Amino acid sequence: MTTATPSARGVAAGDARDEAAPAQPGTEAAGTAPGGWRALVVQPLLVAVGLLAFLLWRANATLTDTEARQLGTATLWDSALRHLSLTVVSAAIVLLISIPLGIALTRPALRRLTPAVIGVANVGQAAPAIGLFVLLATWLGFGFWTTIVALVVYSALPVLRNTMVGIQGVDPRLVEAGRGMGMSGTAVLFRVELPLAGPVMLAGARTALVLLVGTATLATFINGGGLGVLINTGITLSLNSLLISGAVLVALLALAVDWLGRVVEHVARPKGL
Amino acid sequence: MSETLPVPSAPPAPARRVSGVPIRLEHVTKRYPGQDRPAVDDVTLDIAAGETVMFVGPSGCGKTTLLKMINRLIEPTSGRIHLGDEDVTNQDPDRLRRRIGYVIQAGGLFPHMMVATNIGMVPRMLGWEKQRVTERIDELLDLVGLDPEQYRDRYPKELSGGQQQRVGVARALAADPPVLLMDEPFGAVDPITRQRLQDELLRIQDELGKTIVCVTHDFDEAVKLGDRIVVFDVGARIVQYDTPEAILAAPAEEYVADFVGAGATLKQLTLTRVNSLHLRPVTTASVGDDAADAVARARAAGDDFVVVLDRRGRPISWPTLAEVSRMAAIPATVDEKLPVVGLGSTLNDALDTMLAASQGGAVVLGRRDSLAGVVTIEMIMDAIQRTRQETAG
Repeated sequence: MTTATPSARGVAAGDARDEAAPAQPGTEAAGTAPGGWRALVVQPLLVAVGLLAFLLWRANATLTDTEARQLGTATLWDSALRHLSLTVVSAAIVLLISIPLGIALTRPALRRLTPAVIGVANVGQAAPAIGLFVLLATWLGFGFWTTIVALVVYSALPVLRNTMVGIQGVDPRLVEAGRGMGMSGTAVLFRVELPLAGPVMLAGARTALVLLVGTATLATFINGGGLGVLINTGITLSLNSLLISGAVLVALLALAVDWLGRVVEHVARPKGL
Repeated sequence: MSETLPVPSAPPAPARRVSGVPIRLEHVTKRYPGQDRPAVDDVTLDIAAGETVMFVGPSGCGKTTLLKMINRLIEPTSGRIHLGDEDVTNQDPDRLRRRIGYVIQAGGLFPHMMVATNIGMVPRMLGWEKQRVTERIDELLDLVGLDPEQYRDRYPKELSGGQQQRVGVARALAADPPVLLMDEPFGAVDPITRQRLQDELLRIQDELGKTIVCVTHDFDEAVKLGDRIVVFDVGARIVQYDTPEAILAAPAEEYVADFVGAGATLKQLTLTRVNSLHLRPVTTASVGDDAADAVARARAAGDDFVVVLDRRGRPISWPTLAEVSRMAAIPATVDEKLPVVGLGSTLNDALDTMLAASQGGAVVLGRRDSLAGVVTIEMIMDAIQRTRQETAG
């Protein structure tokens, strides 16, 4: 009984007045993500073009020995992998800490702790990253795991905040409807709150990842490795080719990670929103 | 389908089916910490099985709190709650709520679940078999007047506000609960849709006979839907608990009289229903019928209009004879502005509907949106005249 296909189906005229023609299923696809697939296609193309340009330059440039060694395939690959593992490991730890914490802080019993926890997380992000790295290094020593700790502290906030904002943004009437029909608190959390908060939470995770790719360049200062080594060496030895290569690669990696995040957001977005 | 409909001269009054259970609230009190006055202060209330009881009162009077204590979304500070013969005050609230339908404003549908998933939530929680759940979903969509084929796989945002509210009602009825609680269910829709939904609810209640408790701030809605009305004052103090007729005729306190509003004749319009009128039979034609034939039949019956019915016997338009005679066959065009009312509509609703339409009358829908007849402005005027004479004499 709708105005959608009046001639094919019998339509009670009474309904025609109360039901302003709703969208047909299927027409919403274009509206689900602003920009839609076009943005998702352009971004990896840009990354590919950038990477190709770098590789072409690398193959044809005349380089000094130092440059050639630093920009050797094996070295580059190691630095990139190291950079990526710094990012991925710290991101995984951030998600494991921040999401459950964010969920816990939206439960009625713990809600009053919210300002305190958000305050602490804010300090982590507000502190200058380089200061945080060096301070932690003097305390925990140099190396991979110290870098991870610093990165986790630095990027916990966006995930934590987006988890909480996402859950708090769920219409409280839906929670009430769920409880009112006999769903347990846990069932409402997993079947209503988390799916609806999903897009905001994923956006937080993507923000954190991109932040991590950029911040992980600082790892070189506390012996954490990564693509930051190239940049740092480039600055110290005034070798612009190294400096620019490092910067370009970090930027490409960040763009690629951001794109992956967007794809996940697009795919995981609950239908019907 | 094409002959003049026989319209019963008197409204059918079969013994009403009752599938609800009585509700009894005993000395129920709700105190919130830090407030010196209880939100609900020692309320005792008996609600009979199969009755629709409307809670009205000023905002903040505790009527919604009282409603939510029935399914224990809000736990009473003290007092007992009985459903049927059972004391449910200490029952597991989640289990209890699966036996009580709950309808909130705008339906409260889960936007990320399809209509069918929304409706099937409670039956699935109760462990029904898949097949049974599927059948139940279609049955309910049909009950609330939505074509299952077309609607079960839609998302809520693909429905209008009125349709969402219907699905909300279907979801609440899914596991066939004996009790239905409604919290200002029709507050978020436009007046015309609200009237349609109210008619729909009356029709459904007529079929099912649940025990319904419904909070509203609209006294006209309370009069229209309620078998009984509870008028509350602050602290959920029960000022009057009676039938709409009795409350209108003899408000217990000045406070109730103020709340009810004035105008004896107009009140009558809210109390009298379309089904108490002698509905006029009307010439009908089905989509695809020969137009000339329909015109001839209408002339013979003395009608100036023809009501066009679709395949399922539901009225879709109401053209004049002049319009019909210009056509070869009856078209399937749906008149979006067709004035329709239900048998349970009040004369007030009917008058509103007619004033917005050009036909000087309205089509009356019976069960499952079939045609029950036609009501005209003259008939309503007559009814008003009669009541005035009765009141005067």
